[in-house]
Parts: sequence; structure tokens; C-alpha cells
Amino acid sequence: MNTPKADPIKPRVAVHKFSSCDGCQLAFLNLGEDLLTLAGRVELVHFAEAGPLDPDTDVDVAFVEGSVSTAEDLERIQHIRQHSGLLIAIGACATSGGIQGLRNGVFGENWVTQIYSHPEAIASLERSTPISSHVKVDFELWGCPVSGPQMLAVVNSLLLGVTPRDNADKVCTECKRRGYPCIMVTRGIACMGPVTRAGCGALCPSLGRDCYGCYGPAENANTGALAVQFRSQGLSPEAVVQRFQSINSQAPVFLAAADRIRIKSHD
Amino acid sequence: MFSSPEPAGFLPLDQLHALVARLMQLGYQCLGPAVENDAIVMRELDAPDGLPRGLQAEQAPGRYRLTTDPQHRYFAWANGPQAIKPQAFAPQESLWRVERDAAGMLQFEAVVPNAPAQAIIGVRACDLAALALQDAHFLREGRRDPHYAKRREQLFLVAVQCAEPGATCFCASTGDGPTPTAGYDLALAELPDGFVAVSGSAKGAAVLSALNLSAANAQQVDAVRQQGQAAAAAQTRSLPGRTLRDALMSRLEHPRWDEVASRCLACGNCTAVCPTCFCHAEIDGPALDGEASRHERIWDSCFGESHGHLHGFNVRPDIRSRYRQWLTHKLATWHDQFGRSGCVGCGRCIAWCPVGIDLTEEVAALTGSGVSHE
Ligand code: SF4
Ligand code: SF4
Ligand code: SF4
Ligand code: SF4
Ligand code: SF4
Repeated sequence: MNTPKADPIKPRVAVHKFSSCDGCQLAFLNLGEDLLTLAGRVELVHFAEAGPLDPDTDVDVAFVEGSVSTAEDLERIQHIRQHSGLLIAIGACATSGGIQGLRNGVFGENWVTQIYSHPEAIASLERSTPISSHVKVDFELWGCPVSGPQMLAVVNSLLLGVTPRDNADKVCTECKRRGYPCIMVTRGIACMGPVTRAGCGALCPSLGRDCYGCYGPAENANTGALAVQFRSQGLSPEAVVQRFQSINSQAPVFLAAADRIRIKSHD
Repeated sequence: MFSSPEPAGFLPLDQLHALVARLMQLGYQCLGPAVENDAIVMRELDAPDGLPRGLQAEQAPGRYRLTTDPQHRYFAWANGPQAIKPQAFAPQESLWRVERDAAGMLQFEAVVPNAPAQAIIGVRACDLAALALQDAHFLREGRRDPHYAKRREQLFLVAVQCAEPGATCFCASTGDGPTPTAGYDLALAELPDGFVAVSGSAKGAAVLSALNLSAANAQQVDAVRQQGQAAAAAQTRSLPGRTLRDALMSRLEHPRWDEVASRCLACGNCTAVCPTCFCHAEIDGPALDGEASRHERIWDSCFGESHGHLHGFNVRPDIRSRYRQWLTHKLATWHDQFGRSGCVGCGRCIAWCPVGIDLTEEVAALTGSGVSHE
């Protein structure tokens, strides 16, 4: 079998930042040698954290970190979409609105005045929203932060011209492949693994602690059944709500799970 | 006693280390019970006297708690979350790799697993029955899996009789335990002052003869038989029969499937801990320079999304269809494939289900009382 070598014309890649902590860009930077190998196969035209600055140029692939959280973000994401072939949202902020999404529904002037000494300096929108609420997103990589190897796999797939593998199975699948005994079962700890998307390699269970859902909802996430189990393990309704309302609080499946518990406990 | 033609030997308690030492001498990496995340797992022993005493675990649906055996025995625990499965059917491994050569041609190369000679000390009757089923799948005539075969032939299995079944165990009902009867190299039964030991293979016989054991006396052999009977009688769970094929296949639209689907997380823990499940997915891991790739096999589960994915649609999009697939494959269609049920009664899927779904309870609810006991 003879296959042509990869196209010598290197795809142009940009990494954009919205409202976020920069952790996902750091996941890129932390790839070290792998990043250098990758840099040889693409033309990195914009990546503020790493050096190159050219936010307005046309690119083949744009990675977007962060949520849409300010009026400026609203305009900028449209501009980026228009100038990008493929747009890939990376991280909890970009895929669900992130930790800053906790303000959604409770954000008010009072609140801002109480916290900030110069409230006039706060230019946030009332809600923090994922990139997909504003423009078409071609692929989403979940996680807070995303995993470096997962990001590499996506870029690699794109370079090879294949659709990246989207693994929406539960964290439990990775936990079992690595042979970690389940701490829900051995310690009665409220683990979010059974409703959370795989990708981290079951990092928290590997350290004997509970998954807290930073990769967002898995497919067919039975949040109701898990909430019932958490309650029987001794968690109060508030504590169960908090399990679903953390990093990915605005992911619709987790938001609905929390709402259902709230409504039920008010009955 | 263990239905072995060989006469039984007696290994005094303080000589157990001599068995481990012999296996180490023969070059085996010896795996024995160890505690990890508060569960009993099989890990490498660093010294012949490294086997722990007094370990025990209380098991219930969705619950596993370490306890201490007041009698301070070596094998008073029933089982942990994994049987022999990961040692023979690796959770993740490369099957082959491909590289582009200087001429641009793709060169394929099989990846041969580097399987160490391993002795597993503390294997249970249910684990052996499950391994026989995995063998039937992976070593099928004409479809021999070289990766599984390589690992499998490197194993030396030291089985032990279960004196203290877990509350989740029901091997007596499936006919697979609690006393090992086949499939081991050596089998031990623990008595207060030592072990009645028999061999089940030439490898095992050689190890046993090197230990120069005195013969077990009739009283000891009888104590082992009684211990096995008591362990079987102590089991509280059961399946309503050994051939549930028609009972389940005639109830594919039973409302209980919806009910269990409302409780099931589709997390796949049951299939991962089940010692007979063999499903896997194959994925590719291309190197970053685009010049090579590894083809990997990873454990998969019928509770996962891609397991039911066919071109353009998914045959099992919801949890109901996935739970039904698990139960009907395990207890019904397995008969068509392998001539027996796929359940050896180890109870792992019950203990290790994070929400405590109990397969024996589901079967009872699905079949009601209308199943003939065979
Ligand atoms: S520890 Fe958490 S992630 Fe691992 S199997 Fe248990 S519930 Fe799933
Ligand atoms: S179905 Fe459950 S009880 Fe039966 S062999 Fe599998 S894990 Fe053990
Ligand atoms: S289909 Fe399901 S029950 Fe059957 S072997 Fe595969 S994972 Fe196990
Ligand atoms: S199922 Fe039987 S053989 Fe297996 S651990 Fe329990 S008692 Fe022992
Ligand atoms: S039966 Fe239990 S272990 Fe199996 S998929 Fe459902 S919730 Fe998970």
C-alpha cells in the first residue's frame, strides 16, 4: 500500500482565549517536546500564551478556550468564526460556560457592589455561556483543564484527515481499565464518575478521591439515579446539588439534575 | 476432594512461604492479595512470606468494606473487584503497529506482548470457571488470539477453597464453587493448622513434589469437604435455574427492564468486574510525526455508546436496551455461544455496582416464579 505523505502545506492554527483561567492553553504548553513535534507540522499563527500574535488572520483550525462572558467576547467570537475553517472549543469554560457560569441566574448589581470596591470596572454580561451558544462549533474537548494527550489526538486526527474520536463514555470505563477499585463502593464516597465524560484517565479515583465532574456530562448520564445513591450515602439535598453545580454547572444535563433535586427537596 | 486423581498433601501453616519461595525460584512473579483503595486486589509479592493474614471483606449490593478475620486466616476473604481477567485479557494493549518506510510504503508489524510468568495465589473456583469461559472465547479453534494465548500460557494458578463466601456470592447456585474442581495448577484448602494441597497439572505436580509434603490424613480431607459444604450452604443468593435462556428471551418486553433502567447508570462497572465479559474496542494511536501508528485493543462494554453503534445509527441508544443486552447475553444467548450461562456466580457485578443493582434480584423480578428449577 502506498499513501502520499502528509500535505506539505502546513495548516494554519490559532489558539484564542476568552473568559478563562488559561489552564487549557497551559495544557498545550505543558506538552513540551510533543508540542515542538506538532509545531513542525502546523503553522502556529496566533497563540498569545506561547508568543505568536495575529488574532485577526484567517486560519484552518482555531482552538477556543474560555466562555463568552463580556460584551467584547460576543463580538470577537463572531469574528473568529468567520475567519476560521474549523473551530474547536476546548475546556469547561468553552464547552459549558465554566466555573464562572455559577453566577448565571444570581448575578445582580447588589452582588457586584458587595464584592468589588470598583463595581464600575466590572463589564461582565449577566451570564457566562459556552461558545456553542453563539457560533457553530465543529468539535468540543471537555475538561478543566483539557488533557494534553487528548488535544494532541484531535490535532493529529485533523492532520490525517479523519474525524477525531469523540469518547462520551463514563469516567468509570477508564477507572476500570486502569484497575482502580471503586471508592463509591469501598468508602461510600460520592463519585461523579458514573455521569462524567471520560478523558482524564480517571485521575481523581487514581488518587483515592472522588471524580468531581470536570469533564462534564457523559452520554446517557443517569443523574437522577446517581443523586438517589448520593442521598442514600448520606449527602443532604444541598450537597447533592453542589455535586452537580461546580465546574460544569451550566451544562444542561447537570443544570437539570440540580434543578430536579431543588424542586424535589422543596416539595 | 478437589476431584483430583492426585493424593492430597498437607502444607503446614508455617510452610506456606516455602510454596511461594519455590514459585519465585522458578521465575514466577507471584501475585497475592493486597489492599488498594480499601479493596483486596492482586499485586506482586515482594517476599515469600509476604502473604497477608486476616484480610476479610464484607460485601453487599454496591458495598465492599474491609474487615479483619478473627481467626487470622490467609484466605478468609471471598473475592476482590478483579478475578484473573486482567492478567489474561489485558485492559489495554497494542495489537499491531504500522510505520511508513523510506519508500513511503506502509509496513505492518504484529506487537507481541511481553508477558511475564505469573503465579496468582488465591484464585477462586468462580475465577477458574470464568477463565475457562474466557479461554473458550479467546482460544477458540481457528480463532486463537495470540495476545491472550501468550499471557494465558504464562499463568500458574494457585486456587484456594472459599471457606467464607461473600454475601454477594452465589457460585453454589451456578455450580461453579465454592470448592475448586478444575482449571488450577495447585489448589489449597485452608484449615487451622495448614493447607490441604492438590495439583491439577503437571506444572503443579512438579511444584508440589518439590515441597516434599506429607500426605493429608483422612480427617483433614474430610474437614475440607465439610468446609466446602458449609460454604455452599452459607450462600444466600441464587439464580432460579442454570438455563434461563427461554425464560429471559420470552420476556424482552417485560416492564422490569424500564424499571431497572431508571436505576442503572450505564457505567459499565458490572461488565468490567465480570470475569467472563470479553468485549473490547479497537482504536488507533497515530504518532505525532504522522509516520507511525499503533492499533490498540481496550476493554469495552455493552453499557457504552459506541458498543451499539452501527453505520448511521445505534442499536442500543438507551439504558434499557443496554441493561437488557448485558443480562440476556450473560444468562441467555451465552448458552448459544458457549453451551452454558456466562455467569459463574462470583457476585462482583452486585458488589461493585455503584448503585447496588443485584442481578439475582433482577432475574427474580423478570422471571417471577415461572422458571423450572434445573
Ligand atoms: S471510583 Fe468513581 S469513576 Fe471509578 S468506578 Fe467508581 S464511580 Fe466510577
Ligand atoms: S454476571 Fe455478575 S455474578 Fe455472574 S460472573 Fe459476571 S460478575 Fe459474576
Ligand atoms: S455484550 Fe456485554 S455482557 Fe456480553 S460480553 Fe460484552 S460486555 Fe459482557
Ligand atoms: S463466588 Fe464462590 S468461589 Fe467465588 S469467591 Fe464467592 S464463594 Fe468463592
Ligand atoms: S448495573 Fe450497575 S454497574 Fe452495571 S452499568 Fe448499571 S449502574 Fe453500572
